Amino acid sequence: MNWIKNKAWIFMILPGILFLAVFMLIPLCTLLIATFFPNEGAFSLSAYGEIVRSTYFQQVFVRSIKLSILSTLVCAVLGYPAAYYIAKFSKNKGMLMAFAVFPMFTSPVIRSFSWMVILGKKGIVNKLLVSAGLFAKPQSLLYNEFSITVGFVQLFLPLMILSLIGVLESIPDDLTLAARNLGCTAMETFVKITLPLSVSGLVTGSVLVFTGCITAYTTPQLLGGTDTRVLSTMIYQYAMSLGDWINASVVAVIMIIVTMLISSVFNAVSKKVNPLT
Amino acid sequence: MKKSKSLLLLTILVYFFLIGPLVIIMAASFSDTNYLTFPGKGFTLKWYAQVLTMSSFIDSARTSIIVAVVSTLFALALGLPAAYALNRYRFRGKEVIKTVFLSPVLIPVIVLGFIMLRYVVNAFKMPVMPSLLIGHTLLGIPYVMRVVTAALSNFDFAIEEAAGSLGATKVYCFFNIILPNIKSAIASASIMAMINSFNNVSLSAFLTGPGVNVLPIEMMAYVEYHFDPTIAALATLLMVATLAVMLIIEKTLGLKSVV
Repeated sequence: MNWIKNKAWIFMILPGILFLAVFMLIPLCTLLIATFFPNEGAFSLSAYGEIVRSTYFQQVFVRSIKLSILSTLVCAVLGYPAAYYIAKFSKNKGMLMAFAVFPMFTSPVIRSFSWMVILGKKGIVNKLLVSAGLFAKPQSLLYNEFSITVGFVQLFLPLMILSLIGVLESIPDDLTLAARNLGCTAMETFVKITLPLSVSGLVTGSVLVFTGCITAYTTPQLLGGTDTRVLSTMIYQYAMSLGDWINASVVAVIMIIVTMLISSVFNAVSKKVNPLT
Repeated sequence: MKKSKSLLLLTILVYFFLIGPLVIIMAASFSDTNYLTFPGKGFTLKWYAQVLTMSSFIDSARTSIIVAVVSTLFALALGLPAAYALNRYRFRGKEVIKTVFLSPVLIPVIVLGFIMLRYVVNAFKMPVMPSLLIGHTLLGIPYVMRVVTAALSNFDFAIEEAAGSLGATKVYCFFNIILPNIKSAIASASIMAMINSFNNVSLSAFLTGPGVNVLPIEMMAYVEYHFDPTIAALATLLMVATLAVMLIIEKTLGLKSVV
């Protein structure tokens, strides 16, 4: 009995480990191995070679990276001032945080769909552009890189704002006041004090937004359609529409590598830049 | 103070961008036109009546709720004991084990869906419902692990030892001392896991099949072929439910403990 008591942790961990192993880790390893044996024969990198050489994949890969970087930048540029205002000036902090959380809790289908209503041919943007004389007749603003980016930014902006609020709140006002007293201008204080101290939040937010964008499926499916595919919709297309398991697997592995690479690079940068670590 | 005025203006614009589209959907759901438009024409509640008669939405909503609740219970059953063991016992390889329990968030959900379909569902000829439950349980485990571990790291295990020395069994301690002390952590983890499951698309897109569907997939299929205010009415109902859930969270746990 004593043995069971000391080793009780094994029985607490085992069910979870087994579950994760059987339904996720082993399948994941099998997938990885299968990509190196595409013709059920000897080890080969041909599956990777083939897809990397295909112009379709190159186009989709570049688009995925480009849209994710662009959306991350826009989220940072829009999210930073909003988070700064909420953290430093707002009297209704709880209310504003709640309004940032609400879209996060709302289905991505609804959020993407709302842009179909706004940017569609009969949408309000078209009505305004036509009545302003910019367009001769309504045209669809959907199913292109622009609509995907708009969808991404709206989808992930709350993550950036919430990541930044926490960090900005933790910067003591004494620090910025001291800098101002010692003769820094508002701009200098921001560049020398506030920005470096909030880089960690900016990095956390950026990793969340970037990995969110590059793996998101609903938004590019609804707002990009079949003309403007990204990596995630490409995996779905290969697996479900074309039944091409090998190519789907290869794209999946590439997506995992990209997300892991980006998060580790960002975290390394954050450690270098943050003066407190 | 001029600086904070322009910041305020920017913040209002950002929130307009975040919330505006959702308000437009709500407004469009009352439009008395056969296609979705904003600003709408007239006022009608017929789209709401229509949603409530559409069995595809009702059935898939029921499936979504069942999957969200049951998979969260599974995630708790698997994650709670593990989180407890990681905090309570001393053994080697803790970091590795913790990483394994958090690993479902490191893998893109779309990839998770694909590997589950290929190497679990197809390999074991698994029906739709069990595969949905297993997949969504995978998504829930990291929430339980992260939140409960954080709560337990602040827990003073001397209390448990005191109870033990007074004759309480381990199991009695777990249910009567540990659980009541971390119940708000368990509640936040469960709510996040359930919302995440209910809204999930990437995983369910691979796992749903003929006959059994979840609400987000049903909605996506609908908007690909129809463009009428029915879906706006459904979206509005879901958003009202979301607001109600948020209000309950705020009154009980506080929103900050959840996000």
